[in-house]
Amino acid sequence: MTTTTLSRPNVVHIVGETVLDGVRLVGDLTLFFLQLLWWMKWPRGGVIWPIMYQTGVQSLPVILITGGFIGMVLAVQAYDQFAMMGMENQLGTVINVTLVKELGPVLAALMLAGRVGSSMAAELGTMRVTEQIDALTALGANPVRFLVVPRFLACFLLIPLLTIVADGIGMLSGWMFSTKILGVHSFYYWHHSFNFITAYDVMSGVVKSVFFGAAIAIIACHRGFHSRAGAEGVGRAATESFVYSFVAILLIDFLLGTFFMKLYYVLWPGDISMV
Amino acid sequence: MSLIDLKHASMSFGPQHVLRDITLEVCKGETLVLIGESGCGKSVTMKLMMDLLQPTKGKVLWDDKPIHSRSAKKISQERLKFGYLFQQAALFDSLTVFENVAFGLRQNKRMAEAKVEETVNGRLRDVGLSPDVVVDKKPAELSGGMRKRVGLARALAMSPEIMLYDEPTTGLDPIMSDVINELILRTRDREQMTSVVVTHDMHTVKKVADRIVMFYPLTRLEPDEPQIIFEGTPDEAFACDDPRVYQFVRGEAGERLTELAAA
Repeated sequence: MTTTTLSRPNVVHIVGETVLDGVRLVGDLTLFFLQLLWWMKWPRGGVIWPIMYQTGVQSLPVILITGGFIGMVLAVQAYDQFAMMGMENQLGTVINVTLVKELGPVLAALMLAGRVGSSMAAELGTMRVTEQIDALTALGANPVRFLVVPRFLACFLLIPLLTIVADGIGMLSGWMFSTKILGVHSFYYWHHSFNFITAYDVMSGVVKSVFFGAAIAIIACHRGFHSRAGAEGVGRAATESFVYSFVAILLIDFLLGTFFMKLYYVLWPGDISMV
Repeated sequence: MSLIDLKHASMSFGPQHVLRDITLEVCKGETLVLIGESGCGKSVTMKLMMDLLQPTKGKVLWDDKPIHSRSAKKISQERLKFGYLFQQAALFDSLTVFENVAFGLRQNKRMAEAKVEETVNGRLRDVGLSPDVVVDKKPAELSGGMRKRVGLARALAMSPEIMLYDEPTTGLDPIMSDVINELILRTRDREQMTSVVVTHDMHTVKKVADRIVMFYPLTRLEPDEPQIIFEGTPDEAFACDDPRVYQFVRGEAGERLTELAAA
């Protein structure tokens, strides 16, 4: 067998490496997820409650602030366009549909990825480089069961609630800004909103958020478990956790958005309110 | 009878080769000390012994049986016969000293809480720590020597048959280093324990070793040279005329100074 040594990697080499790294990462994440499923059991000894507190309660302020501003920003951006067509009373429809179907779940997930995911990756990364994960194994505790399962459950179970909070506060702030500042009539604001928003829209947003939460936890824990040594390695694990989660959230959002649209047509053929 | 056997074990991390074709056995009741320069694979060897890492080539045996001929559950159970004192103690940051030492007991033994408390306090006293003073402290509040001793108490709480010490005296002052050496000896004598110690500290080597194995970094070896360059007693190590062993046990830089000057 002959081997060729490249003095400098060419474009083909770089593209090949990048593709292989991507495939390796997806494979690794899948195996990690399967391990997680294998060890899935409700954590003993109240391990989960501090993690739930950190994931849920401590994320509330940032979710409230983001949700609140997004509702108002949507009102500001949409008002002029609707006013030009004399449809300002329809403002509630666009704000609320956008919030429950897209922005509420996606923003809650991004906030969770930034605040909780990065912190999980950094915490587990530090445990990896200080050999605390090896110490768990040495003391007969499975690290996936002990560290990953509670974090996964916390993200998975709490993100729908955070999404509902983000939706609610966004709707409230959008309504207040539209009616108090922009002068839209409150009755028509809600009347048109309720005509367009269905339970299916709310459900699709919440279901999407569950997938986002699962992806954030898996990616964050995986990056933490595979952190390299030193402060730089842990920092990189936290950054990668956020970047990979961000991409995963957008990808899942697109795929599930398409899926729910198709499903709607299957369930209610002829109904065009989704369009 | 050998408790642990490494048979032609090699280990690589990606493109970086750390161990090559290592064959080594640990016999019941002995204290084996692994010495060698930093980065020559001593700690990796110890992690292979406990199955915290798996060799890329070759195999590791416990009680003359390959580790992975057992089920995952059985491996996990049998791993509990090992105690491991990590280089930086690896105490769990978020838990108190008491919770750290009690961790293994609570995870693996159906023990009443009063019995757990009695065992934890007993083990802390064994390593010279007063339970009343330290149990409620977090690892960050302890000195390096105290952390090492809590790490040792945590490992001993599980009543292991084999203790693995990864650089037990690194970073400690000479007095505390000797305290740890004495604890290693006391533990061995009291519990009739088999011990493996990784160290650079020749004082520890002289004090605790029954047998020494010296590793050499792969980067400094020719492809056909063995990585274990010495095996014998401490006296034989000090009498060895191989300059690599001679210089290491006496802490002499030798030709390294010339290499540094040339670099």
